Amino acid sequence: MAIFIGEDTRVLVQGMTGRSGTFYSDAAMRYGSTYVAGVRPGKGGGRHLGLPLFDTVAEAKSATGANASLVVVPAHGAASAILEAIEAEIGVVVCVTERVPVHDMVNVKAALKGSATRLIGANSQGILVPGVCKIGVMSTADASPGCIGIASRSASLTSELVAQTTKAGLGQSTTVGIGGDPIHGIGFVDCLDSFKDDPGTKGVILIGELGGNEEEQAAAYLSGSGFGKPVASIIVGRHAPPERRMGHAGALSVIGAGSVERKVELLREAGSIAVRNPDDVAAALKSALKGQEG
Amino acid sequence: MFLMEHHAKALLRRNGVATPKGQVAGTPGEAKGIAETLGDGGYAVKAQIGAGGRGLAGGVRFAKDATEVERSAAGMLGSRLETAQTGVRGEIVGKVFVEEQVDIERMFYFAVLIDQNSAEPVLLLSSAGGVEFERAAAADPDVVSHVPLSEVDWRKPKDLLHLLASVGLSGSAAESAAAIAAGAIQTFHETDALLIEINPLAITAEDEAVAIDAKIVVDGNALPRHVELEELVSEAAIEESERLAQANNVNFVELDGNIGLVVNGAGLGLATLDLVVEMGGQPANFMDIRTTAGSFQIAKVVQMLLERKSLKVMLVNVHGGGMTVCDTIAEALNFAYSRTGSSIPIVYRAAGQNAPWALSIMKDRRLPFRPYETMTQAVAAAIDIAAGR
Repeated sequence: MAIFIGEDTRVLVQGMTGRSGTFYSDAAMRYGSTYVAGVRPGKGGGRHLGLPLFDTVAEAKSATGANASLVVVPAHGAASAILEAIEAEIGVVVCVTERVPVHDMVNVKAALKGSATRLIGANSQGILVPGVCKIGVMSTADASPGCIGIASRSASLTSELVAQTTKAGLGQSTTVGIGGDPIHGIGFVDCLDSFKDDPGTKGVILIGELGGNEEEQAAAYLSGSGFGKPVASIIVGRHAPPERRMGHAGALSVIGAGSVERKVELLREAGSIAVRNPDDVAAALKSALKGQEG
Repeated sequence: MFLMEHHAKALLRRNGVATPKGQVAGTPGEAKGIAETLGDGGYAVKAQIGAGGRGLAGGVRFAKDATEVERSAAGMLGSRLETAQTGVRGEIVGKVFVEEQVDIERMFYFAVLIDQNSAEPVLLLSSAGGVEFERAAAADPDVVSHVPLSEVDWRKPKDLLHLLASVGLSGSAAESAAAIAAGAIQTFHETDALLIEINPLAITAEDEAVAIDAKIVVDGNALPRHVELEELVSEAAIEESERLAQANNVNFVELDGNIGLVVNGAGLGLATLDLVVEMGGQPANFMDIRTTAGSFQIAKVVQMLLERKSLKVMLVNVHGGGMTVCDTIAEALNFAYSRTGSSIPIVYRAAGQNAPWALSIMKDRRLPFRPYETMTQAVAAAIDIAAGR
């Protein structure tokens, strides 16, 4: 079992014919995911990696029944690609592109309101259901089907904890990279809400970091929801140098961006296992799961 | 990316934002010359750095005449200015901005920024403007009103005047302040800004609004579509090491310690920094090797670290993923060590994609390293070496 995607997911790739698009589509198909089409304006009617190419997302969707999209489009065009997928009512859109302009993401967020689309990213490693479906750029070498759901703001730490949970014999139900950018699609709360209802997920790992308020929202959700599954959280950047380049200090004191320690504290108060060392996460979760059984 | 004040003001003036008369100077003599061309009602000499908080840190000085302007400029130029927003190393003042001093009656705060929490632009407005604004806002959030930009038709004066009335501005002062607000919002859209802040937005004895200080933070991701800004950003004071790293697809922050960090990914980079500090070590840097960096690029940044006299040990903590594989980083270490001939010990921990291959590169090239299984063990070992144990 999994969240957001599964056996029935049929993926189209926006930007499939580029170097990255080709590489990651090929890797995902070799992994066994169901990829059905590529979208590349001007190349409709052609084929790539054995799949049909279309000029638009809407055409690709109606011809192939695609219900998810992987956006591998350069930064300046990424928002338009996402907007096209939203308009075509693609259910899950994963954008791995880095460095999408922030004002573009503001427009995307406005379009997402009330839409049929769940956006993962941008600047995300993607979503993986081990052994079933990969939409993204993550390594699958250390992944294994299992019972831990991972929601993360960091690709590198996700790889780390995927390897750890595999080694600990727990495996992963679904790993979701919500993206490293300040403005992104779904957040921790969306992931938690779905992990809660997923019978295949027995425990959850949240990987957060300084900045934003994802962690605060997750804490508020956990303290009010009767979550019922152990949640281990690791929040990094506790000793990060101050955000001097951003120059946001003044405005931030007004908007109220919380300190990292405050995030850790709120999650702890909400009943999450607050882990400080990444090496300890899988063990902490394993013993919490044992405790529950006992 | 923070624009220096004189650049920010030049952009804002294009859209009708009133600012004090002034010019930028690179030498004390130039500063004096500028003062002589301005009126004789007193001057402000302002350090041009890429951060705020100057007012409370001595980065803004007032002078009665041109000779005093020259003296103030001489005191600032070439010195390191540390403010609450620069970090402990401060920034070197390369230029000063010499302006006419303005006779201020009242001070307000105005900002337009992208609010990460609501994912939309908001306006911030307060009657508690000035250098103490941040303190006042932290102590009592109610001194600031937040208004989503979508609720304001800023192209028409009516909405802005209504908004300004809420902080006690009316009459010709409000009209003049509305022009500043509208100009700032227009600039916000035109430059893909993350933040435009005018503090103080001053009202003079003649009821005119003037932007005494202005900050613009632009979105680095949007620079490719703003060629004109690229030039301004490149002038901003950035540590040379950080500039070199950026040019090589590595995010890098200079720190004061003796343990060099070589890490891929922002999350793992932050986690490594946290572990080093909490276990008692002193990191020399923060590093996030971006997925687009190749081994020659990474090597340049590692080489820069190796050339540092204070460096005692190199801590490599890598998790190879779908994009950055371990052998890329092992090759980078090899290039950097063979170019510098360095013998700084490497504490090495690499897992994930291509880890075995990377390990064989490290061995074949006879790099001075010891491998560790977990990051905790590696961090502990690095701290021991740095402490001479």
